[in-house]
Amino acid sequence: MARRPSATRTHAASSPWLFLLPGLVVTAAFSLYPFVSTVWKSFTDARTLSAGTWVGLQNFTDMVHDDQFWTGLRNSLLYVVCVVPFTVMLPLLLAMLVRRYVPGISFFRAAFYTPVVASVVVVGLIWVWMLDDRGLVNGMLHAVGAGPVHFLSNQWLLLFSAMALTVWKGLGYYMIIYLAALANVPNELHEAAQMDGAGAIRRFTTVTVPAIRGTMALVGALSSVAAFKVFSEIYLLAGPSGGPGGEDTSLVMLVQRTGTGLTGRTGYASAISVVIFVITLLLMLLVLRLDRKDKE
Amino acid sequence: MSGTTTTGSATPAGAKQEGSTRRTRRRARRAERIRDAGGQLPTRSLVLRYILLLVVFAICIGPFLWQLSTSLKGTTEDIYTFPPRWFPSHPTLGNYDKVAQIIPVWDYALNSLKVAASNVVTNVIGSSMAGYALARLRFKGRKLAGVAFVMAMLVPLESIMIAQFTTMRELHLNNTLIAVVLPGCIGAMNVLLMRNAFANLPYEIEEAAIIDGANVWQRFLRVALPSVKGTIAVVAIFAFMGAWDDFLWPLIVLSDTSKFTLTVGLNYLNGTFNTNPRVVAAGTIIAVLPLIVMFACLQRFFFRGVGEGAVKG
Repeated sequence: MARRPSATRTHAASSPWLFLLPGLVVTAAFSLYPFVSTVWKSFTDARTLSAGTWVGLQNFTDMVHDDQFWTGLRNSLLYVVCVVPFTVMLPLLLAMLVRRYVPGISFFRAAFYTPVVASVVVVGLIWVWMLDDRGLVNGMLHAVGAGPVHFLSNQWLLLFSAMALTVWKGLGYYMIIYLAALANVPNELHEAAQMDGAGAIRRFTTVTVPAIRGTMALVGALSSVAAFKVFSEIYLLAGPSGGPGGEDTSLVMLVQRTGTGLTGRTGYASAISVVIFVITLLLMLLVLRLDRKDKE
Repeated sequence: MSGTTTTGSATPAGAKQEGSTRRTRRRARRAERIRDAGGQLPTRSLVLRYILLLVVFAICIGPFLWQLSTSLKGTTEDIYTFPPRWFPSHPTLGNYDKVAQIIPVWDYALNSLKVAASNVVTNVIGSSMAGYALARLRFKGRKLAGVAFVMAMLVPLESIMIAQFTTMRELHLNNTLIAVVLPGCIGAMNVLLMRNAFANLPYEIEEAAIIDGANVWQRFLRVALPSVKGTIAVVAIFAFMGAWDDFLWPLIVLSDTSKFTLTVGLNYLNGTFNTNPRVVAAGTIIAVLPLIVMFACLQRFFFRGVGEGAVKG
C-alpha cells in the first residue's frame, strides 16, 4: 500500500479524463441530457418540428382526461401484476430442475436459454404464427377436441398471450440468476432438513426459499420494471394500434405512438415518459422494501 | 459494490484471477458431479426428471422448430393441417428466395451486422477505458464520474427515447444507422462491469510495469487489458446481441425502408404484406440463426454475463 503514490505520479493529471472522455460524453449526451430535456419538455407544448412554449402542468392535466392514458396505465400495471408472480416462481422451479447434474444437463440448460437469445421480434412473430386461428396451438387444441380459440382478435386473450410470451422469453434468463443463487445454499441445510424428515416441498419452503429470498426480490424488481415498460410483445401480437379499439395499448406504446414521427406531440409524450420513470422507480423501491420487511 | 477499493484484493493468489476462477469452477463442477453420482438418484426419479426436462425442452425449443419447419414447406404443401405436420413433405429453400424478393432481407441483415459490430467496438473500447480510469487511477472527481454512470444506468431507455429522437433530429442523424448505434454505444452498465473487473485485479500486476517506467497508456494496453479478457468478451457478446435484437429504438429512429435493420424489417414484412406464414418464417430464421450459432459457441460467456449484469443492474 505504501507503494501506491508512485502509481499516481506516473500519469499526467489530464490522462484520467482522457480515459473517461468518450464514456462521459456519450453518457451525458444520450442519457443524462435527454433525461433533463424530457422533464423540461413535459412542461411545454413542444412538437417534433417546434420547440414549444411553457405550458405549466397542462400536459399532466390533459393526461388525467385522456382515456388512452388510463388504458395504457391499466394495461402496463396489469402486466406487472400478472407477469411478475410467474417470472419469480417458474424460473426458480426450472433452476431446481436443472441444478442437479444428470447426463446432458448442460444441453438442457442451453436449450432453456435459447428464447432469451432470440430477438423479441423473432419470437413475437413465431408466436403470432403459433397462435393463429389455424396455427399450431389451435391445431393441438383441435386434436383434443377443443377450440378454436381466437387468441389474436380478443382484447383480453391478446393481452394474456403477450404476457405468456414475456414469461416464456424470460424463463432462461432468470433461471441462470437463480442457479447462481442456489449454488450458494449450503447443502448441509438440506441434509439436516432431510434428516428431520422434511419432504421435498417442505424443504423447498423452509430451506430454499428463505435462503434465496434476496435473489427472489432481485428477480421481482428486475421483472416488474421490465413488465411495466412492455412494448414489443404487445406491439407484435396486437399490432401498432394496440389491438381491437387500441384497448391493448401499453404506456410505452402510447409514448411511441404520440411522440414520434413528424407530427409527434413531444411535450405530451415527455409528460407520459416522466410518469413512466416515476412509476418504474416506485416499483423498484416497493419490491426491495417488501424484501426487507420479509426479513424482519 | 466491491469495486471501489483496489488495495483489499492485492493478494498474489489472485494474480491469474480470470484463469483460475475458470479452473476452480470446472473443478467445483466435477466435484458436484461426483458427489451427485455418489448420492445415487433412484431410477424412478431419474426418469421423472428427464420427462420434465423434455417437456420444458419442447416448450422452449418447439416454437423455433415449428418455425423452421414452416419455413421449409413448399407452396403446395398445406401448412394448416390437423394434426400439425412437423416434417415438410418436400423440404425446400424457396421461401428464403421469396422473402428476399419481398423485402431486401440481406441488406437488412447487413445493416444489423453493421450496427451490431459498431456497437461491439465502441462499447469494448469506451467502457474499458472509462472502467480503467474509475478503478485504477486516482484523480479529483473520480467519485463524481462514477456517480454519473450509475445515474445513467437508472434512467430507463423507454422514458428518454422521445428526447433522444429529438436530439437525433437536431443532429440531422435521423434515419441513419449512426443514430441507431449512438445512444447505446458506450453503455453505462458496461463501464461499471469493466470497472469491477479492473478493480478486482491485484495491484502487483501493474507494479513491475510502473518500475519499468511504463506510462499509464502502456499499463492499460499491455498489462491491465489482457488480464480482463473474460469480462471484455461478456461486454462484446452482450453488445452484439443487444444491438442485433433491438427493436423499439431502431423502429423510432428509422423511417426509410432501405435503412431498416432486420428486426424492423421483419415487423414491416409482417405488417405490410400480410403474406404467407412460410415467408415470414424464413425471415425470422434468417434473423435468429446467427445468434443461435453464436450462443452455441460462446455459451459460457452468455451465462456469465447474466450473473454479472443482474447483480449490478
